Amino acid sequence: MIKQLIFVSCCCLLMASITSCVHLKEYQKSRLNDSEMILANRKVEKNELNFQSYREAASGANAGKTGGGCGCN
Amino acid sequence: MRKIFLSVVGFSLICRMSAHAQIKPDTSFNKSKFSLYEPVDTSSYNARALRVDEIDFVSSYYNQNGNHSAVTGGIGTEKVTDIATGLTLNLVWLNQAMNKNTLAIGFGFDYHTAASQAFVSKTGASSPDGTRIYPSVDWTVENEKKGLSFGIGTYYSGEYNYQSLGADLHFSQKTKDKSGEFTAKLQGYFDQVKLIYPSELIPNSTTVGTVVTSASGTVGGHGGKASIPSSPRNTYAASFSYSQMINSRLQVAFMGDLVTQNGYLGLPFHRVYFTNGKDTVERLPSSRFKIPVGFRLNYFAGDNIIFRTYYRYYADNWGTKASTANLEIAYKLSPFFSLSPFYRFYTQTAAKYFAPYGTHAPTDQYYTSNYEYAQFQSNFYGIGLRLAPPKGVFGWQNLHDLELRYGHYTQTTGLASDVISVNLGFK
Repeated sequence: MIKQLIFVSCCCLLMASITSCVHLKEYQKSRLNDSEMILANRKVEKNELNFQSYREAASGANAGKTGGGCGCN
Repeated sequence: MRKIFLSVVGFSLICRMSAHAQIKPDTSFNKSKFSLYEPVDTSSYNARALRVDEIDFVSSYYNQNGNHSAVTGGIGTEKVTDIATGLTLNLVWLNQAMNKNTLAIGFGFDYHTAASQAFVSKTGASSPDGTRIYPSVDWTVENEKKGLSFGIGTYYSGEYNYQSLGADLHFSQKTKDKSGEFTAKLQGYFDQVKLIYPSELIPNSTTVGTVVTSASGTVGGHGGKASIPSSPRNTYAASFSYSQMINSRLQVAFMGDLVTQNGYLGLPFHRVYFTNGKDTVERLPSSRFKIPVGFRLNYFAGDNIIFRTYYRYYADNWGTKASTANLEIAYKLSPFFSLSPFYRFYTQTAAKYFAPYGTHAPTDQYYTSNYEYAQFQSNFYGIGLRLAPPKGVFGWQNLHDLELRYGHYTQTTGLASDVISVNLGFK
């Protein structure tokens, strides 16, 4: 498990270092500010994420809820 | 060639004129008022009154079928339908220190039917439906100059056999150039699981008279009122994320959680059948530790295609390891209308306490036949549609945003489901 976590962390760091960050002026952020570019789940996905967390063992790391609620059925 | 040359010269002259225009001091303050425009003195703002910033309405219909219900020990119908509806009201105001305050008040209501729920009683006499309500409140204060925000939230979820009370603290700080942001969130959920056992396994000490319990509140039998005890389940989570703009088309976010749970982590009406044919209630350890880590990477290609990607690796101390990969391609047919096909792949290994129907040994310390903990892969695909025209959806100014989304989900266990959702954003 630790090996795999290290592997994923390395992949993340590698991806981040592939392209060096550049300082962006406000007018250069027009594409990044597009509503489709938001680094989060869509509001319309809220209930989908609920049922996935109830049907699958894994949850979390998606800026959503990490506990609470039964999902008993 | 000459035309091109003249165009370049002309363009450079225009640019130079603009540049010089920026150098001149702004004389608008000295001019007599001849237009509607008046310069605004930003130093004399007063605290601004509370106003409704946005109202979001999300509703979904979910339909599922399968043949591995945990209520009947890993065999039997998993047919479920669920209608979920939620409303979130965002109120915004500025305080004396000019910090932006946001109060998000949410309320959700679900109604479900679950065929397996009827078999909490051996004869199938239990009620197959139920409801859930889940209000929430979140208050965030943001200092836009410093790029700093801090907030607290609380949450409740209530259904007949399960109550959950949650609270969180969250904090975020942007980098100096506002291109990156670090977020931390601490959450605690304090749940109570009502100990509703399968009818043939009800301990005598938990009932008054002869009753048949159900998972949704119907208590039958001879009219006796059950006195059903509860057991606590606590969840504590620390979530961290860092998002960064890489260039004018690419941004990424890295996320990770540390989650620990303790208390009653199974469900009392989940049966397990042993190799000797006898049945009992599932039994799981009283603690669980989970580590999910993931990243998102969004890329704006060309003028109208956006790649939204997500990957997560998950591991816990029950032996489950899982990977989730998601790709969504948003195609903008116009600046205000987009179509987004998506595909999600998920794979997990089985928890060490899982075994199918009739295969657990009576000597096992922990046992479950809930297929949530089985080894499987799942595929989820579908399409979304988003409309956000500047004059409002269908010309209705207050409705600024409409999202529709349909998805089809399949597991290698045989479970299949469909979900359709709508989100309406009002300003």
